[in-house]
Amino acid sequence: MFDALQENLGAAFKTLRGQGKLTESNMREGLKLVEKALLEADVSYDVVGAFMKRVSEQSLGEKVLSSLRPNEQVMGIIYQELVNLMGPVDHSLHLKGKGEVTVLMMCGLQGSGKTTTCGKLGKMLKENGRRPLLVAADLQRPAAIDQLHVLGEQLDIPVYSDRTTQDPVKVTANAVERAKKLEADVVILDTAGRLHIDDELMQQLRQIDQRCHPDQVYLVVDGMTGQDAVNSAKAFNEALELDGVIMTKLDGDARGGAAISVKEVTGVPLKFMGTGEHLENLEPFHPERMAGRILGQGDIMSLVEKA
Amino acid sequence: MGFFSRIKAGLKKTGAVLNTDIRDLFKSEGRLIDEGFLEEIRGILFRTDMGYDSTEALVAEIGKQLRGRVVQLEEVVEVLKAKLKELMHQPASPIEFATSGPTVVMVCGVNGAGKTTSIAKLASQFKRDGKSVLLGAGDTFRAAAVQQLTIWAERLGAGIVTAPSGTHPATVGYQTVEKALGEEIDVAIIDTAGRLQTQSNLMAELTKIRAALAKALPGAPHEVLLVLDATTGQNGISQASKFAEAAGCTGIVLAKLDGTAKGGVVVSIRQQMGLPVKYVGLGESHEDLAPFNPDEFVDALFADVLNATA
Ligand SMILES: Nc1nc2c(ncn2[C@@H]2O[C@H](COP(=O)(O)OP(=O)(O)OP(=O)(O)O)[C@@H](O)[C@H]2O)c(=O)[nH]1
Ligand SMILES: Nc1nc2c(ncn2[C@@H]2O[C@H](COP(=O)(O)OP(=O)(O)OP(=O)(O)O)[C@@H](O)[C@H]2O)c(=O)[nH]1
Ligand SMILES: [Mg+2]
Ligand SMILES: [Mg+2]
Repeated sequence: MFDALQENLGAAFKTLRGQGKLTESNMREGLKLVEKALLEADVSYDVVGAFMKRVSEQSLGEKVLSSLRPNEQVMGIIYQELVNLMGPVDHSLHLKGKGEVTVLMMCGLQGSGKTTTCGKLGKMLKENGRRPLLVAADLQRPAAIDQLHVLGEQLDIPVYSDRTTQDPVKVTANAVERAKKLEADVVILDTAGRLHIDDELMQQLRQIDQRCHPDQVYLVVDGMTGQDAVNSAKAFNEALELDGVIMTKLDGDARGGAAISVKEVTGVPLKFMGTGEHLENLEPFHPERMAGRILGQGDIMSLVEKA
Repeated sequence: MGFFSRIKAGLKKTGAVLNTDIRDLFKSEGRLIDEGFLEEIRGILFRTDMGYDSTEALVAEIGKQLRGRVVQLEEVVEVLKAKLKELMHQPASPIEFATSGPTVVMVCGVNGAGKTTSIAKLASQFKRDGKSVLLGAGDTFRAAAVQQLTIWAERLGAGIVTAPSGTHPATVGYQTVEKALGEEIDVAIIDTAGRLQTQSNLMAELTKIRAALAKALPGAPHEVLLVLDATTGQNGISQASKFAEAAGCTGIVLAKLDGTAKGGVVVSIRQQMGLPVKYVGLGESHEDLAPFNPDEFVDALFADVLNATA
């Protein structure tokens, strides 16, 4: 059941392959299965509609129908369209020079992986010779401050927190102000999880944004997210003008179609992906790999080869 | 307040975020049910995350009943709701309590789904019902997971059993049940670390925790709840199936239903494996828990569609 995507595509290509030459009607049958596969991978319904329209137009073109290897051509079209949808990439954190302080801010829904990702980015930066400072601006979730402190200890990275206030705007502003004194050149703000429809908390994010002027604002998205990804990503982008997206929990069997949805509605680059709970489990995002994952790579490669 | 009314209250704020195209489809004279219309219905259903097969089955049902007729949106939605309510029907039984001795509840799920918070909510509910509650901090892995549960225990006036980071969670589970027995506690709730269902060693650990609970008290755990994040898409089916297999889940807590995500994946889960939803989570406070009501859930699936037309 969980390899449905792979199976469906296999079936789709069998349909396409059996025929020496493709007709419009059996092509449509195959494309229908591709559509099913994308929906089962959690790609947004509206995005799938537009995607299939483009793919159909290209696939039904005379060149493909009359080609000797239509499967290969159709596969190529689908794969390339998916890659186009998720690119271009930008893996840079756009850090300023070492004498200056760069501020990175994480935001997102509850439990998406913000705090863990702060730790992962801190580790990566430290290994690149930077001096990160983690800032505990989640004053809401029980033990959120402790969680960040534990990560800081594990990584030997300083953590700024202030348990005397309930105001995350104040905490972040103070942290950024004191960054230089704390000998940090990259400040990573961990904010509390919030719903995109919570006006008060979204306003609070805007206040942090206005006070601290983060250089980069990243939305942390759970890789298992379904159709609602478009709603939340759109709202966070409208509130904050995101600079990038980090997708987490891609170490499981989720197809991760939400990556396409989020890219589509925000237009900002997908930067990194979380591939585990451990702090080294952060990888640059690659549209090619993600397209393969969404489609079931093994099948594609072998079919393209056989075609 | 039932959860439908809470969700509806939440929806009032969300008008701008939600897709309201459907409103334009219905002029006052109604609309002909044709292929184009069925395509729109498909879209509505897909956006709830109920998945391909459930969606296609429902669209086929609408086609069968209404094709060629001119109807109002309300009429179509009523047909959909009736069918779904039939599918989601389950006897109301939030928790099976043990007939004597402590009732042991084990809670599991993927990372960040809402397990620990749901435990706080359950504990709060049980305490309000006059029961004594003991929590077991079985997540000995994630940073500050024990502190998180400890803070909840303090806030709610529940007991808690903790162990140093890295202790085997089965040990914590065993100790929690032992203590519940010794102190004649009514309900013991065991937290576990988040894990993805593909991590076979961690899934096997759940089986071990379960066995440890049974060893401490034959018949335990009485409930094994899978916490599912309502924003989860089709991966929820894989979660339900693999957690049920490893931990013997008895029901689902559908957390984070206070957002715009519909949690429709439980429709597929219900259809494919019959696992009932027992509670829904509607916020971050300990009071934000409601027993699952299939009719209200189905009403909420379509609330924004109807709101948009109102
Ligand atoms: N498997 C896996 N787990 C992850 C990944 N990233 C984070 N997690 C886990 O997901 C859970 C939630 O992560 P957090 O970092 O606490 O999420 P958060 O967004 O800060 O949560 P809130 O502050 O409550 O909104 C934890 O159990 C993490 O260990 C990942 O890439 N893979
Ligand atoms: N809006 C909303 N947030 C929730 C709900 N339930 C939990 N949360 C939030 O989701 C985040 C994760 O919740 P936890 O209870 O820590 O999740 P968990 O499954 O125990 O996470 P791990 O132990 O890290 O795997 C926290 O920020 C909670 O406050 C809910 O019903 N609605
Ligand atoms: Mg956090
Ligand atoms: Mg937890």
